[in-house]
Amino acid sequence: MAREIDIKKGLDWTTVWIYIILLMIGLANIYAAVYNVDNPKPIYSLDHNAGKQIMFMVLAFVLIMIILFIDYKVYDTFAYIFYGVWMLVLVLTIFIAPDIKGSHSWLRFGGFQFQPAELAKTITLLALAKYLSTQGVTMSKFNNLVKACMIIFLPPVIIILQKETGSALAFAAFIIILYREGLPGVYPALFLAFVALFVLGLVFEDQLWIVILGLALLAVLFWYLFLKRYERNRQNMQRVIGLFILFSAFVLAVDFAFNNVFAPHQQNRIRVLVNPDVDPLGAGWNIRNSKLAIGSGGFLGKGYLQGTQTKFDFVPEQSTDFIFCTVGEEWGFLGVFVVIGLYFILITRIYNLAEKQKFKFARIYGYGVASILFFHLLINIGMTIGLIPIIGIPLPFMSYGGSSLLSFTILLFIFLKLDAHRSYKV
Amino acid sequence: MFENRKFPILIFIYTIGAIYLLRLFYLQVVDEEYRTIDALNSVRKEISIPLRGQIYDRYGKLIVANEEVYDMYVIPQKVLPFDTVSFCRLFQIDKPYVDSMLAQARDYSKLRASLFLRQLSKQEYSGVIDAMIQYPGFHFEQSFYRTYPANTMANALGYIGEIPKKQFEEQEEEYYRKGDYIGLAGLEKYYELELRGIRGSRLALMNSKGEDKGSYQEGRYDTAAVIGNNLYTYIDLGVQQLADSLFQGKVGAVVAIEPATGGIIAMGSYPTYDPALLSGREFPKNYAALTRNPDRPLNNRPVSAFYRPGSTFKLVQAAIGLGDGVITTSTSLSGNSKFSMHSAGETANLLMAIMKSSNPYFDNVLRRILHNDPKTGRAIPVDEGMKLWDEQIMRFGFGRQLGIDLPYETKGLIPTPERYDKIYGKKQWKYSTIYSISIGEGEYGVNVLKLANMASVFANRGYWITPHIVRSTGLDVSKGKNTPTEITKTNIDKRHFEEVVRGMEMVVQSGTGRAAQISGVDVCGKTGTSQNAKGKDHAIFIAFAPKHNPKIAIAVVVENGTFGGRASAPIAGLLMEKYLKGSHNREAYKESIMNTRYTTVAGGKSPREVEE
Repeated sequence: MAREIDIKKGLDWTTVWIYIILLMIGLANIYAAVYNVDNPKPIYSLDHNAGKQIMFMVLAFVLIMIILFIDYKVYDTFAYIFYGVWMLVLVLTIFIAPDIKGSHSWLRFGGFQFQPAELAKTITLLALAKYLSTQGVTMSKFNNLVKACMIIFLPPVIIILQKETGSALAFAAFIIILYREGLPGVYPALFLAFVALFVLGLVFEDQLWIVILGLALLAVLFWYLFLKRYERNRQNMQRVIGLFILFSAFVLAVDFAFNNVFAPHQQNRIRVLVNPDVDPLGAGWNIRNSKLAIGSGGFLGKGYLQGTQTKFDFVPEQSTDFIFCTVGEEWGFLGVFVVIGLYFILITRIYNLAEKQKFKFARIYGYGVASILFFHLLINIGMTIGLIPIIGIPLPFMSYGGSSLLSFTILLFIFLKLDAHRSYKV
Repeated sequence: MFENRKFPILIFIYTIGAIYLLRLFYLQVVDEEYRTIDALNSVRKEISIPLRGQIYDRYGKLIVANEEVYDMYVIPQKVLPFDTVSFCRLFQIDKPYVDSMLAQARDYSKLRASLFLRQLSKQEYSGVIDAMIQYPGFHFEQSFYRTYPANTMANALGYIGEIPKKQFEEQEEEYYRKGDYIGLAGLEKYYELELRGIRGSRLALMNSKGEDKGSYQEGRYDTAAVIGNNLYTYIDLGVQQLADSLFQGKVGAVVAIEPATGGIIAMGSYPTYDPALLSGREFPKNYAALTRNPDRPLNNRPVSAFYRPGSTFKLVQAAIGLGDGVITTSTSLSGNSKFSMHSAGETANLLMAIMKSSNPYFDNVLRRILHNDPKTGRAIPVDEGMKLWDEQIMRFGFGRQLGIDLPYETKGLIPTPERYDKIYGKKQWKYSTIYSISIGEGEYGVNVLKLANMASVFANRGYWITPHIVRSTGLDVSKGKNTPTEITKTNIDKRHFEEVVRGMEMVVQSGTGRAAQISGVDVCGKTGTSQNAKGKDHAIFIAFAPKHNPKIAIAVVVENGTFGGRASAPIAGLLMEKYLKGSHNREAYKESIMNTRYTTVAGGKSPREVEE
């Protein structure tokens, strides 16, 4: 029984407590979201999502126990095997999963169903951590970078084939790991620049010349204000002009792609961010009602189970992807501040724990956990407050759903298990 | 290696976190847009429009009543895509109507209710209400339309209609919504604030399917509707309806006043229209047709059309002449006039002059008035004299508003020195230039209400009370709020009025107004002919009865009727008899008046007006 005592000592209880608190807040809000005024049922009733979520929590507890008892070396050792097997599962899913609103991503076992894409993030993270922690692999070698990118990009490609674009987007989180492990800073900088240009291109959709003019102005300013006199040589001139052409081409290409590649309903999902009147009954309706629910909460909120927008089903998918609206409406700014605060404490703590790891594998894995959690937060909350297009992605630990709850639990507790053993020799 | 990269990563995620919190703070605390009750689509503001006040005559008979109906409203923000075909079939409307009403509603406001379909009867309403669950965003509100059991007095009553755009935009506090009914003319406009009552409102909770889920916050913000006040008028429907019959096929107007109170007993404008035409869904169509009618049936002549008072104004000259002391009852005034005499002896004394409506006599009377300073008795120039005379005739109600409880009352015109200075030049005119005003011709503009009010002044022997149609407003005839009135005195001694009244009595007994006689009642009156440049002269008659303790004063104008004694006096006589006795036994006489025509109605002749 010596081992069990070790786990209790080594486990980072702060993280565990935040996890439990978020789970409870989530449950309370799922109950509010599905609460039926005319026919109120107790929270544990299996007739609605709150009761089912309790069941998933019990399952999650069992999984935690298993993870904590399994030898921590298993994850490192079998990472590639897990990866290989799971890629097969993902591909198979395309063929055997039933069609649910056009997507083929749910596997059914009797009364249960499971979305393999959710767990794919954890498994990809394990494989990536293993690869990057291999002796001699470094981000400064282009060859290594390409291999790492292949590990990262294979699952989202399969997931997109399942028509689950939302889940695929979460893989963007891995760029943070690559950066931490030595990816030259110019890559994430370019990534951010492209995101900014994409948004600007959307805002000035009909006057793209404004964006291009702005870029030209930026290039001139950069030349005269940031480069010292002796740096203004021919080579740098070529670089600046090259970048200008690259960015301008990107803006034009995005505009072309946006109008010719995306389906109209996808275009609208993005356009409504800039102009909510574009599609008042479709994408605009969701954004409007989501913002309305949150905005109407005010500073203190309307009180638990008092949210009228929540109670009367104006917000779509309120117990899953839009659970944050319930928090916003019933608990107000105070509520969302507490929830976002808890997430940031959790994420910061995981980054800090990751930095403390002696072993590269554990450190990379930790960075991945925090980054994946952060990207879900970024997309999910951003979507409810109208800053990001509507993308079906859950809020970690709070959204209703067995797949996401269990997957996030596995993701987090593998790291806690690794962390608990950080002082031991391999 | 690269340990320091933790910091740019943390800075990045904290920046995002800060942006999100700021955005949430903006949505939840700064921007009010999402916290108004209007914005919440789970809350629907239901307005209940109370029944509009009804209008009664002096005996409690209904003139205007209400029929309850249901109006359908739409809140564009809450509309979900629906099956237009079955929707159109349900309401028997077409798709262009649906599209245009929805577009208009969206244009006005996405969050507030706009009128979509008006006036479904109770039966139609019960036929569609169950299907409404399929059409979130649409709801019904109880409403009403006006009905007119007595079918009369359209012009004075006015009508209600959709609030005009300008008025809608200019209202200080938002009370009316687009498409709401408001009084647009007549009593409906003047008494809008009394008649409309107080709207109730309820904040109802509803779910995304549009089902009612009870009151918002236990009804804390709900208010009950308060029914509109009734108008209890002085109108005698019997007299009013008789006037309608007598004026058949004629153009003109009649006003009857109770001298002791200023209450309007009857007010008719002819040709008139069926008030029911301007009530209900057909309003726009019927309104357009009525505006195109050359006889201008929408015009409320008693308060707006101008005539010259003609010989009836001689009564005013007589009273002022007596008051100023320039004549006595026995004064004989002959000769020195551009007018010629109609009959022998008409200038012998004042009573003869009134009875025979002598032009030369009153030419002389006004000449004396205008050249005399009543305070000192000294001679003054005509323009100074006219200034003093203007003050006197204004005390009879001319050249000013009387303050009747109707919109658009005209002041009218009176001859003034300023006006003649403008026409002829200062000091370039004298009495002989303007002498025709002595017999009520020339630069006058007088509506029929003023003529009736003049009759009232003589009935009261020297004063008048603000004429008004409504005696009181309220929910109960005995506990209402009385219409405020004012007494205006002419400042001429009562005995002088008695003298003029004696002349008026003679007019009816043996002069030009014999057609107004009523058996057993002493009627006092005066005929007049209003010159009309564009056609036959207008016939005027004013009267009151009985001579002692008068109960009714009346003025009748028949356009193109030529002689007041022939065209107008019989109508006045019958109306007064009906009021005083409750009935008249002169059906044949009535028939003959009804069948007399002076002009072709709806045939291109428009009412004559003096142009300013």
